[in-house]
Amino acid sequence: MKKEMTCIVCPIGCQMTIEEKADGTYEVTGNTCKRGPKYAINEMTNPTRVIPTTVVIKNAMLPRLPVKTAEPIPKGQIFDAMAVINQVVVEAPIKTGDVVIKDLLGLGIDVVATRTMDKC
Amino acid sequence: MIYDVVILGGGPAGLAAAVEAKNGGAENVLILERDRELGGILNQCIHNGFGLHTFNEELTGPEYAERYIQKVKDLNIPYMLDTMVLDMHDNGDLKAIHVINEENGYMIIEAKAVILTMGCRERTSGAIGIPGYRPSGVFTAGTAQRFINMEGFMPGKEVVILGSGDIGLIMARRMTLEGAHVQAVCELMPYSNGLVRNIVQCLDDYDIPLKLSHTITFIHGKDRLEGVTVAKVDEKLKVIPGTEEYIPCDTLLLSVGLIPENEITRNAGVVMDNRTNGAIVGELRQTSMPGVFACGNVVHVHDLVDFVSEEAVLAGKGAAKFIKGELDNEITFTTTNGDGIGYVVPQQVAMKNVEDKVTFYMRVRQVFKDKVVNAYIGDQLIATKKEKKLLPAEMVNFKIAKDILAQYPAGEIRFVVEEAK
Repeated sequence: MKKEMTCIVCPIGCQMTIEEKADGTYEVTGNTCKRGPKYAINEMTNPTRVIPTTVVIKNAMLPRLPVKTAEPIPKGQIFDAMAVINQVVVEAPIKTGDVVIKDLLGLGIDVVATRTMDKC
Repeated sequence: MIYDVVILGGGPAGLAAAVEAKNGGAENVLILERDRELGGILNQCIHNGFGLHTFNEELTGPEYAERYIQKVKDLNIPYMLDTMVLDMHDNGDLKAIHVINEENGYMIIEAKAVILTMGCRERTSGAIGIPGYRPSGVFTAGTAQRFINMEGFMPGKEVVILGSGDIGLIMARRMTLEGAHVQAVCELMPYSNGLVRNIVQCLDDYDIPLKLSHTITFIHGKDRLEGVTVAKVDEKLKVIPGTEEYIPCDTLLLSVGLIPENEITRNAGVVMDNRTNGAIVGELRQTSMPGVFACGNVVHVHDLVDFVSEEAVLAGKGAAKFIKGELDNEITFTTTNGDGIGYVVPQQVAMKNVEDKVTFYMRVRQVFKDKVVNAYIGDQLIATKKEKKLLPAEMVNFKIAKDILAQYPAGEIRFVVEEAK
């Protein structure tokens, strides 16, 4: 089976073609870096996405702290992840990279802060 | 105190330019920022995808900003927040910058060199003149982005987005993740104005329809938005009668273009380019006013922050050279946009300032497949860039080595889209 896809690893957006061989391996063409084939094969077998969102923060300059999943999570679990992330309330100070949720949905992936917010 | 370099704006362009100016030998550098913090628009761009070119890793906007803010702090570069620049003019050797803030009131800051990094702002519903009422619930996509990501307000539940610029696409996903229902993204043109990857990961992932060649012909609702009328347009972008469709919604987001914010630049008398709506600049982003440099979205709207940082390095370098008296003013080449190309930046090149190459940024006017961009001086083809696909949404980044340019004494470099040979 042959499939055309646009790589979304970086903003260049290479047009790639992925073909499943008879032996179950994949051949990827059209990529311009080594991240492309990895993305294409994942997209065929287990598509995943990083989820950037926010959580409530108290005692900071702003009421929301941006966070992301430290690794991509399975596409099918995005809304389950959002339901968990939206329950979280943290307190300033927070530093970039601080773990906000450990082991999200048992995936072994943390949710981490993506900016530093001082107490105020 | 007289500063060596004053930078008007503490967003991604201003931060990178400040770092480079300081590293290049400017001792007293000052950043002026009107917001309450540094980082500019990156602070509300919480999505990932930044920094792949600059840092070789995928960062979110706030993370990318923090890297540069840290560099500014490490270099002890001072900055003034909540500070609005009102005016800037040339007083011969020095530039006078008229500034106001709560703490000091009105003041005039003097500088040997100025770097303009004011960025751009969004076009609004007024700018595109949609007929109908003016109820609440109509936002620019960037305003909605700030409300959700920084202030913690949800603008609405049933959403239509007009314009498929990147912020519109990003907001379609963002609102969906936060529980809203995005009914459609309507785009006037027959192609999207956003990056392909954003169509894939923001619309396709969530089954949000992208209606190309569609526009909004009426806004319904007196106090709060109740719905919009959407219609198809023909090749001349005129509404096709009978294709109107009513979509009930409480929120309309506009992602209909960005305008470089150049009031200060125009008032100062800097020569502008009506193709980019930014200043005419040279290879080190020098403007027509000696000692005044410009970089980032105030020069031309970029699609990637990485290229803004790249351009800011040039301006920072230029400003440092200028105060040391090392900047050459002799223009060797001018550039121009031929068939298929909308604009080219820089518009001028002074070869004596060039280190190893010149990167020309340009945008195509329409979608092209399997074509090349050729650069000519006179009839002579000097360089070719192959692209599988050329999209107006994706800036072409065309590097030409100094050795190639040095073969020509002077002239006009013309960029055109042509058949691949």
